[in-house]
Formats: sequence, C-alpha cells, structure tokens
Amino acid sequence: MAQSTVQEPEVTLELALEHGLNEEEFEMIKTRLGRVPTFTELGVYSVMWSEHCSYKNSIIELKKLPRDGEHLLVEAGEENAGLVDIGDGLGCAFKIESHNHPSAVEPYQGAATGVGGIHRDIFTMGARPVASLNSLRFGSMDNPRVRFLLDGVVRGIGDYGNSFGIPVIGGEVYFDESYEGNPLVNAMSIGIVKAGETASAIAEGLGNPVIIVGASTGRDGIHGATFASEEISEASEAKRPSVQVGDPFTEKLLLEASLEALQTGAVVGMQDMGAAGIACSTSEMTAKGGQGMLIDLDKVPAREDGMTAYELLLSESQERMLIVSEKGREQEIIDIYEKWDLHGVVIGEVVDTDRVTYMKEGEVKADIPAEHLVLGGGAPQYVRETKKPDYLEETQNFDLGSLEHPADHAETIKKLLNSPNIASKKWVFEQYDTSVRTNTVNYPGASDSGVIRIKGTKRGLVAKTDCNGRYVYLNPRRGGQIAVIESARNVVCSGGRPLAITNCLNFGNPYKPEVYWTFKEALGGMGEACLALNTPVTGGNVSFYNENPNGAIFPSPIIGMLGLIDDVENHTTTPGFKNEGDVVIYIGADRKGLGGTEFLKVIHGLTKGDAPELDIEFEVKLQNSLLEAIQSGLITAAHDISDGGLAITLAEMAIHGSKGAELSLEEVSGDIHEVLFSEAQSGVVITVEADNLPETLSRFQKAGVPTHVLGTVKGVVLNIDGIGELAVSEMSGIYEKVIPNAMDN
Amino acid sequence: MATFGVIVFPGSNCDHDAYHAMKHVMNCDVKFLWHKDTDLAGIDFLIVPGGFSYGDYLRSGAIARFSPIMQEVVKFAEKGGPVMGICNGFQILLEAHLIPGAMMHNQKLRHVCKDIYMRCETTDSLYTSGLEKGQIFNIPVSHGEGNFFISDDGLKSLQDNDQVLFRYCDANGDLTEESNFNGSIDSIAGITNTGRNVLGMMPHPERAMEKILGSEDGKPIFESILNSLSVA
Repeated sequence: MAQSTVQEPEVTLELALEHGLNEEEFEMIKTRLGRVPTFTELGVYSVMWSEHCSYKNSIIELKKLPRDGEHLLVEAGEENAGLVDIGDGLGCAFKIESHNHPSAVEPYQGAATGVGGIHRDIFTMGARPVASLNSLRFGSMDNPRVRFLLDGVVRGIGDYGNSFGIPVIGGEVYFDESYEGNPLVNAMSIGIVKAGETASAIAEGLGNPVIIVGASTGRDGIHGATFASEEISEASEAKRPSVQVGDPFTEKLLLEASLEALQTGAVVGMQDMGAAGIACSTSEMTAKGGQGMLIDLDKVPAREDGMTAYELLLSESQERMLIVSEKGREQEIIDIYEKWDLHGVVIGEVVDTDRVTYMKEGEVKADIPAEHLVLGGGAPQYVRETKKPDYLEETQNFDLGSLEHPADHAETIKKLLNSPNIASKKWVFEQYDTSVRTNTVNYPGASDSGVIRIKGTKRGLVAKTDCNGRYVYLNPRRGGQIAVIESARNVVCSGGRPLAITNCLNFGNPYKPEVYWTFKEALGGMGEACLALNTPVTGGNVSFYNENPNGAIFPSPIIGMLGLIDDVENHTTTPGFKNEGDVVIYIGADRKGLGGTEFLKVIHGLTKGDAPELDIEFEVKLQNSLLEAIQSGLITAAHDISDGGLAITLAEMAIHGSKGAELSLEEVSGDIHEVLFSEAQSGVVITVEADNLPETLSRFQKAGVPTHVLGTVKGVVLNIDGIGELAVSEMSGIYEKVIPNAMDN
Repeated sequence: MATFGVIVFPGSNCDHDAYHAMKHVMNCDVKFLWHKDTDLAGIDFLIVPGGFSYGDYLRSGAIARFSPIMQEVVKFAEKGGPVMGICNGFQILLEAHLIPGAMMHNQKLRHVCKDIYMRCETTDSLYTSGLEKGQIFNIPVSHGEGNFFISDDGLKSLQDNDQVLFRYCDANGDLTEESNFNGSIDSIAGITNTGRNVLGMMPHPERAMEKILGSEDGKPIFESILNSLSVA
C-alpha cells in the first residue's frame, strides 16, 4: 500500500475555528462521531455546515414562506430547483442563485461560473435550459473599480452563456453606493422537461454504482463555499484562488451527455457538483436515499498528482456531476459520456449503512453519518437575534416636505433619463446572445419581462427578475412585498399569468441583529405578497455576508418571477407606443409619495422617506383586470410604473416605440412632482385603439380600478401639457448613451 | 426533393435552430451529421451551423477544420456540393480554406448580439438568385469574432469576381461606419467561393424565419436556395 506522504494536521478546536466552525458546532461533531474528527472529516463538516450549504441561519425563516400551490410538481427544497406544471405535459424547472463573493474578487470567472452553476442545477433535473436572466448590483459608476467589475461580470456572463447556447431574455442592472465593493451577481436559469422524465438527486439501491462524470478534479475552488460565508474585506483578494474557473464548452458536453444518459432509464439519481463538490453531492444524495455510500477517492480522475482526500472532497472544480446508475448498466452511461469526450468513472457504490465513507490509498479518510451533514438533517439550525435598526427612525421621519424641487419638469425628466439606473442597458444586453434557440419573443430592454415561446405549443413562458433594494432598506416588510408584487406586475404587463417565484436573498452578516431583523421582515413581506398573488416560493438561494467596510448592502431579496402566456402569438405585450391615434390611459392608484424614489436620489442625492405606498388587495385587482384586458385583445401597449415614476414610464413608452404623444395630466390629481415622479405601486400605463376606449374604461371601472385618459399617441414629440415638449430623438439620445459613454471611453 | 444536412460539433448551439428552420418552417428533409462521422449520408445541401464547435478557446474554427466530418465536407465542396456556413460555420469554412479571408475579434472587442441590416449584393449564386440586388434584410447577429479581414489583393479578387453576397448596411441600405458594427473590411457580411457553391455569412437567417420572433427576412434566402436546388 502506498504510504501517504502528506502529514495531516492535528484536529483541534483552533483548527475547527479556522475552518469557520464555532466551538458549539465542533462539540456537536465530536459528540455525534463519538471521537475527534479526522482532518478530512473536519474539512467536510466545515463546508457542509457553512452558511452556503447548510442555510443554518436562514432555513427556519425560509420554511415560513408559502411553498404550496396547485402548479408545483416538487416541493421547495426537495430537488435542485423548483418545478412547475406549465401544461401540454411539460414542466418548467427554474432557479436563481448568487455568485456575489467570487465576482467581487474575480468578476469574469465569478460571474461565468455563476451562470454555469445555475444551468447545472436545471439540467441535473433532466430539464433542458431554455432561457436565463440575471440581476446585477454595483456601486456608483463614477468609481473606476465599479466599471472594471461591470465589464468583467458582463463579459463573464456573456462568454459562458453565449458558448453554452442559452439566450438571456431579461434581467436588471442597478447602481448604488451601498453595493460598493460587494457587487451582486444573481443568475437565473429556466428549463423545460417532459412531465415524468425528471431526474431526482437520490442515491438508492444497494450495490448500485456511483459514477463521477464530466471534467476532472483539480485543486480549484477549495473552500469556495466557506469563502462565500464570510464578509468581503481587504483580505478577500487573497481568496482569489478559491474562485473557480469556468469551461462552458465542457458544460455544453455535460448537458448533452446528461440528457442523453437520462433517456436510457438506467439513471437512478443525478446531482450536480457545485459548492463543496464531491463531499456535498455524495452526502446529499445519500441522505436523501437513506442508505450509505462507499467512495474510493483514488478512482476520481484528478487534474494533478498528489491530491489528498481533503482536496478531492472539497474541490469545486466546475462541470462535474454525480450519477447513481442501475447496477450492471453503468457501461451504458459511461459510453454516452465518452461519446461526448467526457470522463465517466465508477468511484463507489450504494451500501447498507447510513454513512458516507471515503477511502484513499486503502485507508478510511472520513466516515460520517450522511444525515448529520446535510440541511434538514443534522446540520445546525439557528434562530438569530433581531433588532430594529436605528436608521429607520431617521429615514422614515425625514421631512420630504422641506425639500425644494426644481420647477423645470422637462429638465428633471432628462436628468432622470441620464441616471444609469433608468438609462438603457443595451450596452449590457448586446453582449449576451438573446436570440439563440429561436424562441425569444420579448427581448431584454424593450419589454417589462422576457418572453419565450414553447415550441410545439401555443404557450409562452414569461420571466422577470426584480427587487428595489432602496425600498427594502427604507421599509423591509413593504420592500419585500413590492419586490414580489412588482415582478408579477411586469409579468402581467407582458401578457403572462404569474405562476411561482424563485428568490435570491442577498443580505449582510446574519450575526448582526439589525441585519437579521431586516431579513425576517423582508421575508415576511414577500410571503404576504406571494400568498395574495398565489405565487408560491419554489426555492432559491440565500447569500449573507454581503458587506463592505462601510456596512451592509441594501437588503436585496431578488425575485425571479415565472409566468405563463396561454397564447403567446396574440397575448404578448410590449411597452412601446404602437399606432398613431392610440389612446394613452393611466390605470391604477393615486400617484403620491416621493420616499425612496429615483427622483429623490438623482435630484436631491437622498435615500430617505418610506418605501412607496402599496395596497396589496388593490394591486391584485389591477393585475387581474389588466391581464383579462390583454387576453381580450384590447391592449396595444402596457408598461408598469417603477423607477422614475409616471414621467419615466411615458418617456420609455415613447422611446421604445419611437413615437410621441399629446398628453395632459389634468385627470391625475395631486402634487405635480408626485404625479410625475412618485413610485407609488399599482400603476400601469396602457394604450388602446380609440374604438376600444369605452369598453376598456368600463372594464377597469367595473373591476374597481380607476382610469385616467391622458391623451393620444402622435408624432415624434412627447408633449405633456404644462410640463414641456420632449423630442423622442433627444430622449433616446440621452437614454441610450449613458452607459456606453461611461464604459467605452 | 433535396435533403439537408446539419453538422453537429460538440459545441454547436445553433444546430437545432437550423434544423427547426429547415424542417418545420421550410418543410424540408433534414438530417443531423455528427462531427465524428466520415460519411455525409447522401445529403444534397450542407449547413455548418453556429456555436462554439470545440469551445473555440483557440481561434474560432481552428480545431473544427481537423474534425473527421470536415474532411468529407471539403471533398463535397470541391465537387461543387453546396455548403452554407453560418456564424461559427463561416469561421470554420475560412479555417478550412473553402472560402478566402480570416476573422478577427469585433472592432470594439465585445460580443455583439442584435438585429442588423444587410444588403444583397449580387443575385449570381444559388443562395441569392431568388433575391433582388439591393434587397435589405433585417436579421440577427451574435458573434465575438466577425470582423472579416482579407488582403488588398484578396479583396480586389472578391470584388472583381462578384463574390461578396451580403454587406452590412443601415435601414435605408446605405453602407455607413455605424452599420458596419464589427469593423469588417468593405462591410462584408457574407461571401462565396470562386466556384459559387460555398457561402459563409455571419448573420443568422435561420433565426429570422417566423413573425413571432420579430423577422421573417431569413426566409427568402432559404426559398432562393430551395428554388436553385430544384432547378439544378
């Protein structure tokens, strides 16, 4: 037997602390094992019990979210992603995940592997990815480091997704100083699978072989999950080696081979390898099956010689999967992977214990009850201390009435169009392949949400990612509600019925009571909104420790909303003005309140006041009646009111349609600054053909939704009575150039 | 009726798009051909689709030209068989020397995916015989290396032999600096070989076949091809 040449360090409390475990957790491990863990076992525990893998500080709260619904095919947390029934015998798997910390230190690879990881979560369920979205948050664009991060992140997302061949159909990019040094990179993938052909992440059946497939295992990304579970600091630069390196070509091979392997019927279970690599996939599959697994690490195809058990188990080398196949049929699986020039190697089998046992050079290196390692099993679960943050008193009581607003509204509209948060993100989206797979109906940018048709059916899928972190910062509960409500409103404006959400909860350090208070409040708000809209939570991801030396980021629960369009050819709706003579109508709630608006930030440099007003019950009425009007064929354009208020909604409709309008705001009561720039919820601007005006108005009135006729689509100037004349070409000129000017000069 | 073949390299990602366009929109017979195949299975027309053939971490198409199937493609093309390379397919055909020239990174060194306009420059080819000279097409592009380059002599030869089939233009059909978004020499979007049986083009006509996707401008090109094949 070969002698191990590496001397393993002695396992002590100090070493456990260095691994990110606390004293109590170290005791739990010793008690359960009945001995001091080996060095390898300590490594496995440390990643499996890291925040990233165990959700130890969030799972109790997550379980309070509404997770049931008629459309759900698997329960939240059961599999790698949520699965929703979309009719025609098809299921839709979808999920959003963060890759914030790696992207902060190595934006290109950090973002690229984020995209790779989320697609793997989808195809490991047997679904073919068909679309992706992403939500990005950065500091101020004035900062050269921010421009470097934006450039790298966009290239990373683009190069990975473009090669892998999945269109980006939507997303958002948002800038605020609070994200300085800790950008958010959240990627969402959507896949389609025939009902009944899904794969499960389970290891069962005594003697069934365990096969590792895909790329070989190297020393990259060791302790990536642990790195993701601590705050970014000046020392983070030294953690660059814990960022993985992506290879989209290998991922493409892995996708095609895995979907082909599933067709054989010989696959018992399949799990992708992301955080904590072999350790995580083997223990999670084993715990789910309730049996044991014996793994011979010497059989793992390694990229370099001399890798220890510790390194092999913890490596986060990308583009790998674990498969449990039916005994005797392993060669069928291996042949398929070899056809695609990938490894397929049997490294172990399902055994009659309840443990994961890892061998190396004939020695047992780790032997742990699988259930003890995993989320929902023996992994710790904490209730954290909460405290309402002091700043809320100050921000919510700030006297907005004391501010003097500029009188030239047309000038203010131009200033808002010049804000990177409102300006066109074309510079970003044009670097992503948005049309590959020939399904994209609504592209990023000129639509409220992305739409793809589902080939072979009349239906379409709609998706939107959304969250205004400023609102959540100013009022965590209402901000959480708005994140859900607004993403649903976007889906409705595109002609879809909201079905379910996935979420990526980006917050600061959960051990800070103020952070945890906002976390709980925001989740509470999300849950209320999900219940009201009947859009259950299907899963997602929690990213804590998003902080920079100045404190936590804006709490940012990013919502990925999935919707369905019954008749994609006829119901898909876009915001641009369409036809000369169409009537422009504002439907919805009073435009009041300037708290948390882009107006306040751009004109006064303030993030103050309360989050915008929201009446959830009214919002549901608005969304239902708008969807019915769209389905009846009445609506020629629809655009929701969000950042920048009614004024910017109108400007964007003109810009996207390359048409002007003659409008008056007389019918909309209230202070003119609030009418123009309030971000109060439950507001949408629609256009209809003049002949359809009476029917449209009576429909909304019957539904209890106030309507305000603003004027008609006309010419090439947006002329708002008493506000000013804005040439569409001038507005477009401002809107389109902000980000290219900052990035390409 | 002609049978179409679509080559599948392991990193092809527009293979299914080309298949869908020919099979379900144009109602043709279509077969996939695996990159390790050494037989073209009797097809009449070959499409080398877009994607990232073998990852393209080196120069796009540089490895693909050595694949088993490409040896057959070269023989097929040399015998006059029609071969259409779209995007990565164009890059591969350049590397295989079936058409002259080379690709550089886009002028701004970024991937560009958007709808562009291109203009038909000659009707003298099986791909364009059914089009009109000067006809304008609104078609998507999506590439990082589409900046076509060729020597002065090579360019003169392309021009003298009427080998430029498509040029990038604006909505009015004018050639402008802005419309030539990737910096290609002479605004070249697509060229043919001297035998006029091989086409390489960067824009994706197979993505512009259905109204629901925003443009049907790709259809006349495939109609022209079908018409030429049925006459031949």
